[in-house]
Amino acid sequence: MITAGIDMGSRTVKVVLIDTEASGAPSVKKTHLIFPGDLDGDAAAEKAYDEALSAVGLKRDDVSSVYATGAGRVMVNFAKEKVTEMSAGAKGVSYFYPNARTIVDVGAEEGRGIKTDGTGKAVDFAGNEKCAAGAGSFAEAMSRALQLTLKEFGEASLRSDKTIPMNAQCTVFAESEVVSLIHSSTPKEDIAKAVLDAVASRVCAMVRRVGIDKDVVLIGGMVHNPGFVSSLKTAMDIDEVKLPDIPEFVAALGCAMLAAEAKH
Amino acid sequence: MIANYGYKDGSGEYYISIDTDKCIDCPVGRACLTGCPKGMFETMTDDYDDEVVQIKQSFRRNLAYDCADCKPSSNRPPLPCVVACTPAAIKHSW
Repeated sequence: MITAGIDMGSRTVKVVLIDTEASGAPSVKKTHLIFPGDLDGDAAAEKAYDEALSAVGLKRDDVSSVYATGAGRVMVNFAKEKVTEMSAGAKGVSYFYPNARTIVDVGAEEGRGIKTDGTGKAVDFAGNEKCAAGAGSFAEAMSRALQLTLKEFGEASLRSDKTIPMNAQCTVFAESEVVSLIHSSTPKEDIAKAVLDAVASRVCAMVRRVGIDKDVVLIGGMVHNPGFVSSLKTAMDIDEVKLPDIPEFVAALGCAMLAAEAKH
Repeated sequence: MIANYGYKDGSGEYYISIDTDKCIDCPVGRACLTGCPKGMFETMTDDYDDEVVQIKQSFRRNLAYDCADCKPSSNRPPLPCVVACTPAAIKHSW
């Protein structure tokens, strides 16, 4: 049985198709990501979904059920159900790490901490509804200010062992702090580390609301930033953060798994 | 599930926590909906098909200001939402 999960994030649309056997064990058949650009939300979802299907030679009729999640999930008109990012993330993580208890989800516009019960069900969550300073777009804006690519930005921070506190809570004000650091000839790697430490600190404050229990799993696009992973481990005072192979697709995967469970 | 709605900013941490497990079979008929003078609570069906209460989206970024009327700096009375919720599902972080 094929089911699909669509994660309508604020920057990208992610689609995961899974094939679930009669025993209930799912396997990932296809992952697909698009940047919507100028497309409307519903058009972007349609485009991403159709591209994912055609890549593996499937038609819409071949898919038993579609679930959607993410900030723009209400725009996925063809989804049978819409579920929260918390439920989708918790379910998706259970595919990779059944022993996970704390999930840190850092996407483009929002970060959140999720506590799970070990069966893929979310039991506690906290997010930051107000500000992007604890999310990927903040790091992206700061990397632009430093004229580095995101990859260079993450790698640069790993070369620094300095701790420079950033006091601004707002992305706009933080950027002025970065500009001040640039003017004072602070090395780029030290600034990069300061920015990622600040993001990690804000994310960590949220996660502490739900409590930090092992295993801790980080999902979302920020997994691709090794500097952030390092800063997060330091902020949370833990030795290991589990990183799934397809971190940005975990919520979409969870959606597809929930769709399959509902069909069984 | 304990759902924390709110945010942290330079002035502090502002979260309202709702223990939805206590919320499902509300013995007081969702008294929080009318107990909050600003009408910040609403019912929703969660991902597990249970009817629970949440904070309306439009209030989640302004809790420090929207709750301020119920939180005078001195002689603070009990919070009406907390008083209305006899199962003690609602907590404020500040």
